[in-house]
Amino acid sequence: MKRTVAKLSVVPAYSAPSAAEYRRPVVAMQNVTKVFSNGTLALKDMSLEVKSGEFLSLLGPSGCGKSTALRIIAGLGGPSSGSIDWPSSKINSKGLPEGDVGFVFQEPTLMPWSTVFGNVYLPLKLRGVSKSAARDKVMEVLASVGLADFADAYPRELSGGMKMRVSIARAIVTRPKLLLMDEPFAALDEITRQKLNDDVLKLWEQSGLTVIFVTHSVFEASYLSNRIVVMRARPGQVFTDLAIEQPDIRDGAYRTSEAYRAICQTVSDALQGAIQAAAS
Amino acid sequence: MSEATANPTGNSADKGTDAAVAVLRPRVAVSERMLRILVPVIALATGIMIWHWAVVANEVPRYILPSPFDAVTALITDWGTLWPALTVTLRITFMALFLALVGGVALAIILVQSRWIELALYPFAVILQVTPMIAVAPLLLIYSPDTQTALLICSFIVAFFPILSNMTQGLKSVDHNLLNLFELYGARSWQTLLFLKIPASMPYFMAGLRIGGGLALIAAVVAEFAAGSAGQGSGLAFRLLESQFRLNLPRLFAALILLCCTGIAIFALTSFVSWLTLHRWHESALKREN
Repeated sequence: MKRTVAKLSVVPAYSAPSAAEYRRPVVAMQNVTKVFSNGTLALKDMSLEVKSGEFLSLLGPSGCGKSTALRIIAGLGGPSSGSIDWPSSKINSKGLPEGDVGFVFQEPTLMPWSTVFGNVYLPLKLRGVSKSAARDKVMEVLASVGLADFADAYPRELSGGMKMRVSIARAIVTRPKLLLMDEPFAALDEITRQKLNDDVLKLWEQSGLTVIFVTHSVFEASYLSNRIVVMRARPGQVFTDLAIEQPDIRDGAYRTSEAYRAICQTVSDALQGAIQAAAS
Repeated sequence: MSEATANPTGNSADKGTDAAVAVLRPRVAVSERMLRILVPVIALATGIMIWHWAVVANEVPRYILPSPFDAVTALITDWGTLWPALTVTLRITFMALFLALVGGVALAIILVQSRWIELALYPFAVILQVTPMIAVAPLLLIYSPDTQTALLICSFIVAFFPILSNMTQGLKSVDHNLLNLFELYGARSWQTLLFLKIPASMPYFMAGLRIGGGLALIAAVVAEFAAGSAGQGSGLAFRLLESQFRLNLPRLFAALILLCCTGIAIFALTSFVSWLTLHRWHESALKREN
């Protein structure tokens, strides 16, 4: 098997969106309210428009409904009222833009009986793509997350960080417009987490993906996003919507820079405001 | 799962592309591996020696307790009688196990489709399971066209339940996030069943198979005791009873040895099938790597 040295290479079939496509809304939540069957009001009247090419973080204390919002966007459990609109996608019978959305869970959520290849092939398999037809595509995304050499390995043979890479590869194998990530790196150690942050950032820069990233880490949100939506709890709502000016190059040095510290400060203040608003 | 628990080799940093995945195998010394085989073999041999010695030293008559050599001699000389009986018992055991596998898996799949189906069938399952099979045997004898069918049904009922209950449990124990994932990609229900639920329940199914395999043999023998088959086409249980009536204890022991070996063979076979299916991925079939 060919050895790839590069951690992340440009996925050729992916291209950055044209100027016209850029800033077009990808998905819009309209006055979404979600009440769980036990009566908990998880989200109240939440509206959010996500534009093409954005790296948007949903940040908030636990219980603010950020994961719920993400799941509703993904079509996992519909809203109690309100709607999800997909202005630029074809909608299937379930109201979902099939194949246009990739989802990365907090856990790697891999099938342990299947190889890395089999796990990444799954979304294509479910759409009826034959293994031979999918092979190139699967190997390409595996290469793009630096796992081309591990196609035949089983999940148990991989480290936590590598499992997460497989999960990301599986989410982007259908070439989605929108990548939803639900606290994907929360369970990883700090070193692995920073590394994967950089890798996701590179993927986003090179592919023109739109990303919604749920996190409870101010530092992670501040590092990754060009837009941070801070949510408050009781009831779950948008508290503030911050546009973040990021430098062209984000690397290790940026993590210690004054500019980054200032962003973290702003975001942290906003989060404190959200927590106090919920408490009062 | 944290990096540390996911990686019991202690190599906790992200290994990246170029690192080979280190799977540390426990280095069992050759002498220890030898001992692992030798100890049980020596223990067994000692047990047989003591048996032999006890018979010889106390001059126990053969019709009360034969020596191991008498039993083995009987096994060889009576092979013509015992072998056909064994094939009958084996045929019942494996047919029952096969039917139990097909029936148990099929019913489990139907059960998990709907909570209402499960609730409706639940009392029947409990009644059939808690009623001692041997108590049902006389009834089965009346309804069955012949004894062999009655034996087959008895053996089937006993082997059926561990497979059914394990498979049902397995089908229900699928990772919820994986179910979400399948839903997200618009999987049809047959795809979810075939690609997710059935593979995920394999460890449970294999546990059911191992239990069911052992029980099928036991039930085939016990049912034959109850049914009291005789003459041509009867199984090992009949030969056991016959030997008892005739005080032909060596042959009785020979039949017991055959049953014991059959049980071991079934256990080894089902364990091997289980290992073959699971050894690549499931914890139960893996060596601990520390």
